[in-house]
Amino acid sequence: MQFVDEFRNPKIARRLVDDISRVSHRMADRLGRPVQVMEVCGGHTHTIFRYGLAGMLPSSVEFVHGPGCPVCVLPMGRVDDCVDIARQPGVILATFGDAARVPGSRHSLLEAKAAGADVRIVYSPLDALQLARANPDREVVFFALGFETTMPSTALTVLQAQSEGLHNFSLFCNHITIVPTLRALLDDGHLLLDGFLGPGHVSVIIGCRPYDFIAEQYHKPMVVAGFEPLDILQSLHMVLVQLDESRAQVQNQYARVVSETGNSFALEAVDKVFELRESFEWRGLGDIPHSGVRMRAPFALFDAEQKFRLPGVRAAEPQGCQCGDVIRGRIKPAQCSSYGTTCTPQTPIGALMVSSEGACAAHYQYGRVSLIQDVLGAH
Amino acid sequence: MCLGIPGKIIEITDPALSLAIVEVSGVRRQINITCVIDEGMQPADCLGKWVLIHAGFAMARIDEEEARRTLVLMEEIGALQDELASIRSASF
Repeated sequence: MQFVDEFRNPKIARRLVDDISRVSHRMADRLGRPVQVMEVCGGHTHTIFRYGLAGMLPSSVEFVHGPGCPVCVLPMGRVDDCVDIARQPGVILATFGDAARVPGSRHSLLEAKAAGADVRIVYSPLDALQLARANPDREVVFFALGFETTMPSTALTVLQAQSEGLHNFSLFCNHITIVPTLRALLDDGHLLLDGFLGPGHVSVIIGCRPYDFIAEQYHKPMVVAGFEPLDILQSLHMVLVQLDESRAQVQNQYARVVSETGNSFALEAVDKVFELRESFEWRGLGDIPHSGVRMRAPFALFDAEQKFRLPGVRAAEPQGCQCGDVIRGRIKPAQCSSYGTTCTPQTPIGALMVSSEGACAAHYQYGRVSLIQDVLGAH
Repeated sequence: MCLGIPGKIIEITDPALSLAIVEVSGVRRQINITCVIDEGMQPADCLGKWVLIHAGFAMARIDEEEARRTLVLMEEIGALQDELASIRSASF
């Protein structure tokens, strides 16, 4: 398995960690604090915990776990609205499995299902479309969420429904978009971020150019990273070298999959179906301008927000939940008073415990284990 | 949800709608390949190619080594079994 070994070579890993240590010590001395690099993507968070990467690094550099887990940042009020739709007579509510477990202020979709609502777990919005074809007397609503990785799949599904004249299919749209979110984090005066690891699979769709403002306007380095442990270490090193040389650029470490300009077919479908909302609420982060999308007016027939009267009530975070502080990088998961006591992956209170890509669930599951010893032979 | 899964296109089922069967670690299912058919290409040109799949849609063509590397990674982080279960559970 030559192809895997290249990305798991312990010698390369050790050399990278040595290089990272050297540059980050120098930078930390200059800054008077550890260098802070945010990994934006929940998939990267998962890899970092799974392979114990943070434990390999010197104290002069820290990962700040970003908001890139769409399930984790979905506000409870939106889950409540979705549960409300699922309970209406004649509705089949189709959802991704991880979204079904997210707690609302009273129930999750799975709990609503147990109480009698017709909730179906699907792999693709195309499965929801097939449910609509097979059940012409029912209204099939797809719980659409995710960043640009899943946005094209729902846009193309809506276009397919439109071309078939399938009017018993609609989306409850909760898609969010990455660039305004990064801008909001950069504008947050409390955050000390020196650079970013860019999301790998969002960038497959949007390419690298949308991140240029981070380098040009905020003068921070951004390296679009792959998901292998060595991808992440190498990307971190690239960020540190830029900082050390007082450069700020967008670099693409994951060029074997991500192109500069993204996928034009996917972007065209997204642009046809969706438009930016003025503002969208994020769990733990509050309202972020232009961070969500809704369906354009010509698609009103496929828009559950137009078809159903929704409560639209905002729900306060549960008591003791500090997901917002964790997402903003102000505290580490284990510093939350609910972590591991009242809030666990089996009985999540906060959203970051729900998905395996959430920082708290990843920390809980892997925080005490270091797979890196098995895989990379390090330490 | 966000970590795409690699699959190999083994059959074009509906060229007009760009639907194809992919095989992902021995599990087969129909996906949409619209986004990886470049101008001047036919759906049939995608036969035998590896793609990165998000929620039932191919989003990028990848080479075989990258596909295998990603599958090993997904297995190690425990994401492969979840994803395969989810692919298996539904068909359309």
